Amino acid sequence: MSAPEGGRAGARRALADLLRPRATRGHLIGGLLSLVLGFALVAQVHTTQRDTTFATARQDELVGVLSDLGQRSERLRGDVRDLEDTKAGLERDARGGTALQEARERAATYGLLAGTLPAEGPGVEVTITDPGGAVRAADLLDTLQELRDAGAEVVQIGDVRAGAGTYFLDGPGGILADGHRLAAPYRVLAIGDPHTLTTALGIPGGVVKTLEAAGAAVAIAQRATVKVRAVRSG
Amino acid sequence: MIALIGLVAGIVLGLVFHPEVPLWLQPYLPIAIVAALDAMSGGVRARLEGMFDEKVFVVSFVSNTIIAALIVFLGDQLGVGSQLSTGVVVVLGIRIFSNAAAIRRRLFGA
Repeated sequence: MSAPEGGRAGARRALADLLRPRATRGHLIGGLLSLVLGFALVAQVHTTQRDTTFATARQDELVGVLSDLGQRSERLRGDVRDLEDTKAGLERDARGGTALQEARERAATYGLLAGTLPAEGPGVEVTITDPGGAVRAADLLDTLQELRDAGAEVVQIGDVRAGAGTYFLDGPGGILADGHRLAAPYRVLAIGDPHTLTTALGIPGGVVKTLEAAGAAVAIAQRATVKVRAVRSG
Repeated sequence: MIALIGLVAGIVLGLVFHPEVPLWLQPYLPIAIVAALDAMSGGVRARLEGMFDEKVFVVSFVSNTIIAALIVFLGDQLGVGSQLSTGVVVVLGIRIFSNAAAIRRRLFGA
């Protein structure tokens, strides 16, 4: 300490001593700490280098950047609102499409019931041959009602499509149905469950028995597909 | 020597792995590093002056970094984080300089 030369030489020796590797526990711990320090140093330098974009910017620049970002954010938020409106509109429209579909289905059902649309489906074909001219309008009406009771949705008698207001009239030259003259043999097409319709017509004391008692012959044919082409206008 | 190897190895590891400093650590790591540098320079100085103690070195290294980080944390909580960081950096910088001056005097006698 007192002699600079000796102190310097001692320091040199101490430095050499310092640089000589020794594997004591303290040195290992020191090395470990140094390792951690170096690692942290590089990590921090990396982080700092990455973040210099705005660190060196002046305040008014930062304010400008922030303002730009704010405007951009506002614009994008507006876009989001517009798109959400469009989406909601499209969803409403999709529901409208569903309603339209349901309306069409209802219109088809009502058209079938009102007789304004042709129809086809499983059903029966009833042929009433009347050699003696014994069949009256009331008998045909009974037939129609019996079919309706049995669940027939669409009925055609001769060329006349039966509707809610269908009437039968005993005329001078035969039976009138809705103003059209019917000629024997009377052909009745009914769409509904074939078995139920057949059973309904054939019950004891029912339509078939009554007609046969009057001298007419009734043939009932069950069909997988009955095509009713006659329609009522309006 | 082992410490030097450790330092180099740490730097190499850092360069290789490109570590991401976690966000919660970011305010405290720079100060902790400066404190560690101070401890390192103090250790080298003590070694050159022949009064190096491994236990003292390790304890001072660890406690300095932790205390430095704690001070910054406390400053952040009190709302004077940046000022306190500056203060800590100034104090540690002065210590590093004085240690460097002592080392320089030891090695070169000037």
